[in-house]
Amino acid sequence: MSIREATTARTWQDDVYRLLREAGITQFAYVPDAGHRAFIDAAHADPDVHAIPLSTEEEGVGVIAGAYLGGEQAVLLMQSSGVGNTINFLSLIQHCRIPFLTLVSMRGDFGEQNPWQFPMGQAVEPVLQAMGVLTLRADSPAEAVQTVEAALSMVNRSGRAVAVLLTQRLLGVKKF
Amino acid sequence: MLERTQALASLLDDTDDRLIVTGLGNATYDVAFITEHHPRVFTMDGVMGAATSIGLGLALARPEREVLVITGDGEVLMNVGALSTIAVQNPNNLRIIVLDNGHYGLTGDQMTATGSVTDLAATAGGLGIKRTMTVRSQADIPAARELILTPGDTAFILVRIAQGPGAKVVLNRDGTRLRDTFRDYVMGRGHAPE
Repeated sequence: MSIREATTARTWQDDVYRLLREAGITQFAYVPDAGHRAFIDAAHADPDVHAIPLSTEEEGVGVIAGAYLGGEQAVLLMQSSGVGNTINFLSLIQHCRIPFLTLVSMRGDFGEQNPWQFPMGQAVEPVLQAMGVLTLRADSPAEAVQTVEAALSMVNRSGRAVAVLLTQRLLGVKKF
Repeated sequence: MLERTQALASLLDDTDDRLIVTGLGNATYDVAFITEHHPRVFTMDGVMGAATSIGLGLALARPEREVLVITGDGEVLMNVGALSTIAVQNPNNLRIIVLDNGHYGLTGDQMTATGSVTDLAATAGGLGIKRTMTVRSQADIPAARELILTPGDTAFILVRIAQGPGAKVVLNRDGTRLRDTFRDYVMGRGHAPE
């Protein structure tokens, strides 16, 4: 593959971003993570969306609810450690049955080298499920695209709350 | 010292077309009372700290509508960083009104930080909210109304009020009914199903 082809080759992140945009998402609320960098950059470069850096992840739950009340759709991008910050705010999603989509980049799981990441990483699925959020894991680029597509159907057609977990098998294991 | 419900009612004159999100606490009861449970009001009675973030998502979603967040000092302190998130976006259709009595009114009047050392208007300004003001007496109400009604940068209005109970009303606490009532009002009845 030539350098030119390499720089213009379509990535799974491109496909996922396109899916999110085609589903009508106009607000990208995020706490930065390397695993979300492509989406964050794409959102900031996209004149038709609001890219919303958050000071803490639970704000993104509020933003999603507010956007929905105004007839728009938002997504929350966060790392697994941020899931713990969102728990009480997910009451808003469950109690008002607000369609909710989050993409969670995982730490504290497959091959993790930083032991600080394990407690929250391993608690992500049980705590989300305890708050009524369905969890779907994506372990490969192809699975990521399929899973986000499936999640968008579950959120937009069935009105569910869904977290897509972008695992360390997909994103690679960080060296820090 | 201003009395809470009366002060808020005078601030909300001529704002009948505004969408309102209230924060958990007496602010919710006051707004439900003043607006007579109008469908344009989303009355939070849980999820402390969420009102400002909901207001942000709503204001960005509906730039053609004016949005008010009305909440209390304790509720804002719970997630004060949300004001920095709002300051970065700076939606020009968002106004945040904080009724500040320096106490957690629903839990037994324990003092909040604003009851001793914290100035939330200065905090909001320091976090980047461009227009802030503090209402201390009836004399400040006209300027606050001006700030609420004049288009421009996101505004933060701190209203220092006396301690005392909020309005006595029975809230609609049915989350899906609140959601549907509010959305129907915003988007018009019969909007396309999801």
